[in-house]
Amino acid sequence: MPEPMLKLEGLEAWYGESHVLHGVGLEVREGEVVTLLGRNGAGKTTTLRAIMGLVPRRQGSIRFEGRELIGARSDAIARAGIAYCPEERGIFASLNVTENLFLPPVIRAGGMTVPEIHALFPNLKERARSPGAKLSGGEQQMLAIGRILRTGARLLLLDEPSEGLAPVIVQQIGRTIRELKARGFTVLLVEQNFRFAQTVADRHYVMEHGRVVEMVANADLAAAMDRLHEYLGV
Amino acid sequence: MDMIFGVPAPLLFGQLVLGLINGAFYAMLSLGLAVIFGLLNIINFTHGAQFMMGAFVAWMLLTYLGIGYWWALLIAPVVVGLSGIVIERLFISRLYKLDHLYGLLLTFGLGLIIEGTFRNLYGSSGLPYRIPPELTGAWDLGFMFLPVYRGWVVIVALLVCLATWLVIEKTPLGATLRAATENAALVQAFGINVPRLVTLTYGAGVGLAALAGVLAAPIYSVNPQMGANFIITVFAVVVIGGMGSILGSIVTGFVLGVVEGLTRVFYPELSSTVVFIIMAIVLLTRPAGLFGRA
Ligand SMILES: Nc1ncnc2c1ncn2[C@@H]1O[C@H](COP(=O)(O)OP(=O)(O)OP(=O)(O)O)[C@@H](O)[C@H]1O
Ligand SMILES: [Mg+2]
Repeated sequence: MPEPMLKLEGLEAWYGESHVLHGVGLEVREGEVVTLLGRNGAGKTTTLRAIMGLVPRRQGSIRFEGRELIGARSDAIARAGIAYCPEERGIFASLNVTENLFLPPVIRAGGMTVPEIHALFPNLKERARSPGAKLSGGEQQMLAIGRILRTGARLLLLDEPSEGLAPVIVQQIGRTIRELKARGFTVLLVEQNFRFAQTVADRHYVMEHGRVVEMVANADLAAAMDRLHEYLGV
Repeated sequence: MDMIFGVPAPLLFGQLVLGLINGAFYAMLSLGLAVIFGLLNIINFTHGAQFMMGAFVAWMLLTYLGIGYWWALLIAPVVVGLSGIVIERLFISRLYKLDHLYGLLLTFGLGLIIEGTFRNLYGSSGLPYRIPPELTGAWDLGFMFLPVYRGWVVIVALLVCLATWLVIEKTPLGATLRAATENAALVQAFGINVPRLVTLTYGAGVGLAALAGVLAAPIYSVNPQMGANFIITVFAVVVIGGMGSILGSIVTGFVLGVVEGLTRVFYPELSSTVVFIIMAIVLLTRPAGLFGRA
């Protein structure tokens, strides 16, 4: 089997004195959609931030397309081909929708074109000149995903894209993720919404207290339900 | 003699022009401070010294190399901007993770060192820098004579401010700058080399101060204190306009220059304090400044 696209081993991370990740290990193969499930505070967001080089201190191993990134700066990590959509969405209030869309630089060929992104999220076209500060939560989420599709990055890290959104928008985000998979993107998706995760993912990792405690293929999800309920407290 | 509001017209217009000139310098200097503060979160107290360096570099170019005003307008900002880049890399970049106070102390100290060095080398009496021949003389506006050079300074300052505003508000580079001002870590996580952007921004802000210094050289004598005289008022302008607000510093700079000029006509006793009175009022009523976001 070829080496996975992303492989974390023994990943640890700290915020100041507090030790948040205690040796996270997981793999994402090219073309897969993989979720990270877990309760509030389990360390899902921190795992994505550690991959992006956004935590103050980290150690262990982050291999991406055969390259070790544990010591790299976050701009180098992005240029290696990983794109990040943060939990708080990170829309820049003083930039309009188009400026937000064009902010992340193209790092390789093969990204989606703006018309393709507009086809995926028609709202972004209608609101092209609106300031980021004026967007609804759903529009912010579409923009946060849309703007990382241009860059040519093949691995997308999405942090709870369904959080706090109306059911129709959640469905639209779900369709989008399946469409992205069909286009060959690889996705590592943080989710708390179990039902949503089930509709988009190939595999699930469950996190608890800063560690990965379980891996479940989507097909085996029903069988593992009882155990997962315990982990996730739902 | 024509009188306006009980004041001789030439006096009124003369002070108005003087106010506009000062306002032009306030605007250019506070603009540089705003750009630097926005991205670096550091109040650049070296700004006055860097303005002075601009004037001195123009003087040195002429005196030692025979290079005149027009080239100085280009060369001095580049030279002083490069010195700013060195300062940012060597010193300021070490302070970003610390409290604001350290940046303030460092840049304040650097300013003192630079001014002291120039005072040691060139004395404090001031060196003359002549108006370039193309800009001597005066325009007859009918109601007054406007020295050409003063008109030129106001026009250049307006154009420089407008160009800076356009770059920041209307170009991709400006969008990146604004985004980095909001959330530098995320901008870097998109693959943009933010530390380099910060360094270049500091260099550009400093270059703007130096350009103002070159423009000032023929008006005020070139001396080590020339920046210090301006900069206190400029900080008041920045506070009134709103820390980091680009448009705020431009508008406030020009308006306060004019307000100062008019005060000199109608109530001269207040002219040196009026800006600070306005600053106190603004701080009490709108602490974020007139154009600032709270
Ligand atoms: N900036 C920070 N400084 C200090 N501690 C932090 C910081 N961010 C997160 N933590 C702590 O790290 C732990 C993991 O947080 P993280 O945000 O990774 O959890 P999460 O799994 O994403 O949770 P949620 O589902 O609520 O988003 C939590 O205990 C949290 O309190
Ligand atoms: Mg989270």
